[in-house]
Amino acid sequence: MITAKSLSKQFGPLWALRSIDLDIRPGEFTTIVGPNGAGKTTLLRILATLSRPTSGQVSIAGHLLPRGADDARRHIGLLSHLPLLYGDLTAEENLRFFGQMYDVPNLKARIDDLLEQVDLSERRHDRARTFSRGMQQRLAIARALMHNPSILLLDEPFTGLDPHASDRLEELLRGLNDGQRTVVMTIHDLDRGWAMCQRALVLARGKIVYDARTADVDVATFRSEFRRVTQ
Amino acid sequence: MSYLRKVFIIVRKDLVTELRSREMIFSMGAFSVLVILLFAFAFDLRVTKAGTVAPGALWSVIAFAGMLGLGRSISAEIDRGSFDALLLAPVDRSAIFFGKALGIIAFMMIVEAVILPLFVIFFNLPFVQPLIILIVVLGTVGYGGIGTLLATMAANTRLREVLLPVLLLPIAIPALLAAVKCTAGALDGRDFAEWSNWFGLLIAFDLIMLGAAFLVYDFVVED
Repeated sequence: MITAKSLSKQFGPLWALRSIDLDIRPGEFTTIVGPNGAGKTTLLRILATLSRPTSGQVSIAGHLLPRGADDARRHIGLLSHLPLLYGDLTAEENLRFFGQMYDVPNLKARIDDLLEQVDLSERRHDRARTFSRGMQQRLAIARALMHNPSILLLDEPFTGLDPHASDRLEELLRGLNDGQRTVVMTIHDLDRGWAMCQRALVLARGKIVYDARTADVDVATFRSEFRRVTQ
Repeated sequence: MSYLRKVFIIVRKDLVTELRSREMIFSMGAFSVLVILLFAFAFDLRVTKAGTVAPGALWSVIAFAGMLGLGRSISAEIDRGSFDALLLAPVDRSAIFFGKALGIIAFMMIVEAVILPLFVIFFNLPFVQPLIILIVVLGTVGYGGIGTLLATMAANTRLREVLLPVLLLPIAIPALLAAVKCTAGALDGRDFAEWSNWFGLLIAFDLIMLGAAFLVYDFVVED
């Protein structure tokens, strides 16, 4: 579903990513952890077609970037720690705008369905700027899912949420990985990241330094390996 | 058809959000009124014939007010992350450019609709006439178009407040110069043949800058 070969990204003299090889299967929930500055967000932005690699190849849902970027974007939904919404538009207007940009059919029904899923139906006519951080993040999920993407990229989605809102978001995100949708998430919370995924990658100094499946390794081993490889 | 529809959807979104917040129009409008007052009082002291300085004053106000709006339009969208969401949409990025550019051009024209009558009042000159309105529209299209491209480039840098004027003003000089010459020609009621070269330059600037922005916007918006 997502493949990267010898992927590198350079910002001035700094190499943010160094020759990364990645193969993520359809339906897999992959968590990427790593210390600050490891290159997690850079990697996710390249996979989201928002950034160009300095060298290497990326293929998303069979579309080679950058030539196939327009087609690849139809398969991608992005949820970031920023809600990526318009504060002066209502919840419904935000979803309608993005639905129109993606040519979503039966838009009214889709908006109703998504607002129901994220429990914001009663606030549909309120401006997004009046929402709490947790509510904004739930609306952002609805935005990211508007075109029913087969790939969901989550860039530290729990940042800035209180424990209750984080638990609610986790519940929503777990529901999205129904085996059909490929999910790639960057996160700082090792335990939460491990609990949600089927595969965990550790990124450090721009390289993937650890790759494990949760079925094969327990969380304690993962934690100690994380400390070892990121020292 | 779908391309134009996407452009229209982006313009409509920008108009709705701005008409609700009024942040950009208010700052551009307030700035313009204050500068016009300043010019009016300053020129009243020393200048005997207002017509010699008024076209330059008009385009100075439009250029600086436009810069305020340009900086705000793009940087606000990038700061709240919604620009990334826009870039994720499966549309040609030139459609995003035209949507953003038409939005800022519309805001500039709303402010200009206030500026021109004020110039009539304070300078006692016939600024509200079809030919000058056409010149203002043409100047605004070119300035807003290249300004949108450069504001997008500048917004991704730490020095965006400084970088935008440093990039925009030198590039916009041909358009501003042509617009001033055309406005002066129209204001003085001179024969069109006398200033048609400047009018041609204004149209050429619009076409070249919009064309260039159309071609390079995809590269500008990616890291």
